[in-house]
Amino acid sequence: MANGKCAVIGDRDSILLFKAVGIEVYPETDGERANQIMHKLARTGYAVIYVTESLYPLCGETIAEFASEPYPAIIPIPDAFGTKGIGMSALKSNVEKAVGVDILNNS
Amino acid sequence: MALQYKPTRMELSNLKKRRTVAIRGHKMMKDKRDELVRRFIVYARRNKKLRQETEEKLAKAMQSFVLARAVMSNNEVEEALLYPARAIAIDRSVQNVLSIPVPKLTMETQLDDFVYPYGFATTGADLDTAVQALAEILPLMLELAEVEKATSRLADEIEKTRRRVNALEYVMIPQFDAAIHDIQMKLEENDRGNTSRLMKTKEMLAKEAE
Repeated sequence: MANGKCAVIGDRDSILLFKAVGIEVYPETDGERANQIMHKLARTGYAVIYVTESLYPLCGETIAEFASEPYPAIIPIPDAFGTKGIGMSALKSNVEKAVGVDILNNS
Repeated sequence: MALQYKPTRMELSNLKKRRTVAIRGHKMMKDKRDELVRRFIVYARRNKKLRQETEEKLAKAMQSFVLARAVMSNNEVEEALLYPARAIAIDRSVQNVLSIPVPKLTMETQLDDFVYPYGFATTGADLDTAVQALAEILPLMLELAEVEKATSRLADEIEKTRRRVNALEYVMIPQFDAAIHDIQMKLEENDRGNTSRLMKTKEMLAKEAE
């Protein structure tokens, strides 16, 4: 049973490649519109929404809204210009929230 | 907010019951928090590893794509990717981690039957490399999505549980203790008042009888 759908939002150059492997792509660089697209995708039952790191900070509203539900998972990915460390800093803040200190960097 | 209560025996026994429940709840919450943190650390470690791996490989795939775009004309790239490939099949379900629903994703499309969605006539080898590389990291990306979501859900839940533990430990239970102590003191004081009144009355009655 395949009921999960997958989408990528980001700038055209970075995400066009995902089309070749069967993930839906939504080219967008404007934060406001990206927010709207993400919201629509989340409502229509997408399981995973990948967002490029340059767009991820602009979509905080939608990300916060769906943070308390199991689906969709909104995941930052690096774009064609390489990683900016946003995904890692999100993980870091999660660890700090849960444990109090960032224990991952010491190990 | 201080607890509202009347100094009666009824109230005292009710408060004692509530205090027992609060202590039991506190112990359970504490256990839950400890277990959550333990699992969280496992998830967080995996999350870090997966993210590093994915970011590295994804960057490589994207670099090949940039190369492909440099070799091929823009139109050719657009044409090759215009027609969408067969959508990957993902099975999504929800699994419970200490009664927190976290996503579970499994990929149903096998990598072996992956086909390029374009002809090879106008495309360069770099595009093939990029697409191949991306197809190979798809399972990794799905796992990352699953683990990352679980990590953030667990972090939220740990924060909530910790707040509950603290509220019980430092607010609720001391309040109950103080209220129970207060009622006991008042009841004892009443008792003493009663006894001394009785003694006094007895004395007066004895004097009258003389």
